Amino acid sequence: MATATRNKKSARRRQLEAAVNYPIDWLEERSGLIGGLRYFLFRKVPGDTGWWHTLGSATLTAFLVQALTGVILAMYYKPDPQNAYQSIQHITNDLTLGWLVRGMHKWGASVFIILMFFHMGRVFLFGAYKYPRELNWIIGVTLLAVGMLEGFTGYLLPWDQTAYWATVVGINLNGTAPFLGPFLANFLRGGAEIGQNTLSIFYSMHMLLIPGLIFALIGLHLYLVIRLGVSSPPWSREAAGSDYDADEQATDGRVGLTQPVARSGWRRNGGDV
Amino acid sequence: MTEPQHGDRSHSPGPSLYPIGFAAGIACILVGLIINPTVVAPIGAVIALISGFFWARDATKEFRSEPVAAIEPERGGPRESTAAPAVPADRGEAAMPEPEPGERFPRSRFLEGATLGLGGVIGGLVTVPAVGFMIVPAFRDQGYPKVDLGPLENFTEGKWFVTKFFMNPDAGEVSHRTAYIRNNGQLNGEPSFTIISNRCAHLGCPAQPNGPTQDNQTKEVDLPKGQKVTMIPVIPAGGYGCPCHGGQYDTEGNRVSGPPVRALDRYAFEIVDGRLVLGKPYSVSHVKGEGRDARIYKYNLAGPGQHVDGWEQILYPLQPPH
Repeated sequence: MATATRNKKSARRRQLEAAVNYPIDWLEERSGLIGGLRYFLFRKVPGDTGWWHTLGSATLTAFLVQALTGVILAMYYKPDPQNAYQSIQHITNDLTLGWLVRGMHKWGASVFIILMFFHMGRVFLFGAYKYPRELNWIIGVTLLAVGMLEGFTGYLLPWDQTAYWATVVGINLNGTAPFLGPFLANFLRGGAEIGQNTLSIFYSMHMLLIPGLIFALIGLHLYLVIRLGVSSPPWSREAAGSDYDADEQATDGRVGLTQPVARSGWRRNGGDV
Repeated sequence: MTEPQHGDRSHSPGPSLYPIGFAAGIACILVGLIINPTVVAPIGAVIALISGFFWARDATKEFRSEPVAAIEPERGGPRESTAAPAVPADRGEAAMPEPEPGERFPRSRFLEGATLGLGGVIGGLVTVPAVGFMIVPAFRDQGYPKVDLGPLENFTEGKWFVTKFFMNPDAGEVSHRTAYIRNNGQLNGEPSFTIISNRCAHLGCPAQPNGPTQDNQTKEVDLPKGQKVTMIPVIPAGGYGCPCHGGQYDTEGNRVSGPPVRALDRYAFEIVDGRLVLGKPYSVSHVKGEGRDARIYKYNLAGPGQHVDGWEQILYPLQPPH
């Protein structure tokens, strides 16, 4: 049947396919990117992954929305004490669709944090942090901390009374940490008192330093997800445990992904996860 | 390290002078356009055109005619060996000669080390000043400017004033500060003032007076540079309270209840030409007595929430310069 269809293709269609494939093949031959993308998108995952496993990519999506809307907001925001509040008012009230982009960024921030917690809860309750994925749990917790720091630094930027006093309290709270607290507070303030520098320090951290860190950590996080594979849910019938399971699966060609790597035959299969 | 060559030959066109002629022609056109557009520029154009033509002809030679020489294909597979049949790796002589006895530190090791070391040095040269610039300015002693609060007569003896001023007028609203000030009259022939900072000793919110302010008697004091000090009479009968987390203080700033860890900070002051001038703030653990007879237990300025006395003070042994 397949052969028959292929034979029916007209010469024109073959030419067209060749024209479409040429640039893709050109890129693939020189970079291997297409193969890499295909490997990433169509890699095998356990058969009984479900909606719970989508929380990670939902968090990633929320972060990408923050990155995009943040870049756009930065085009109109003015990070100095005299103009910050007015520029936010300008974005919200005057600029076309400014209210929408600012709203996406503001509410999306909460969505990002909440999704991080849901994702963490899922990983915890599924036991997906266990060997060999401990390092990814640690990276994830770092991402949580850094993500909350992103929320803290972003909260000051509207430069209204809520933002100002929340930041005063937040910085002083850091200042009460033993020994190094007073120094941390001084660094965050840019001096002994909250002043002009505080806003630009927070702005720089919020839009350059911390997002860069988050991108890097997400890269590592995803690398480990791909390298180690997705774990099955705890109720999985294909779950790790008995040797019987492992042996059976070793023959059906899905090993290494249908169960935690440690007990599967991933080494037997040449580590091809 | 000499490998046998299999007739390797450069596939790109050989060196040619035409590009240089082309560049010279272009330069000649540009110069000519400035100094003599009618003669020099056309000469340059001619040079550029001719060189360009020959350059293009040279460069496309390969496509227009048969290749100058066929390139010998590289053959795969093991090369035929004339030597004896191969010896298994674990027997016979080593494939590579043993290093000379003196060669303990081969060149490749040196180059690796040099690359990493130089890279580290260059990275450090760039990073150290940048990180230093990021961190150090926040820890320089920025000092507290002396703030003129106007003539002494404005401060009626025995009355409290909510006094609002700018710590650093150039910075604008962000340097807005508030102090609760009372003129205590004379002490040993010198004026005595109680100047309490409104910064809550819990986490730095603005503590508010627990009592009525007399807004209709607000005084505005004009200062030389167009700044203003605002003075609102107040009766803080119930001391001070912080709206954020409920810390309560008495009129002298002593902690009464709630989360604060010490009394409210105070400001040093001096009298210059009959005017009250605010100095550096300092922290206070507690105050005994009242008004001019108050005994103030004074410490270096600490951040809100940091203990200055009791055993907890060992948690904050060092303060950055204020």
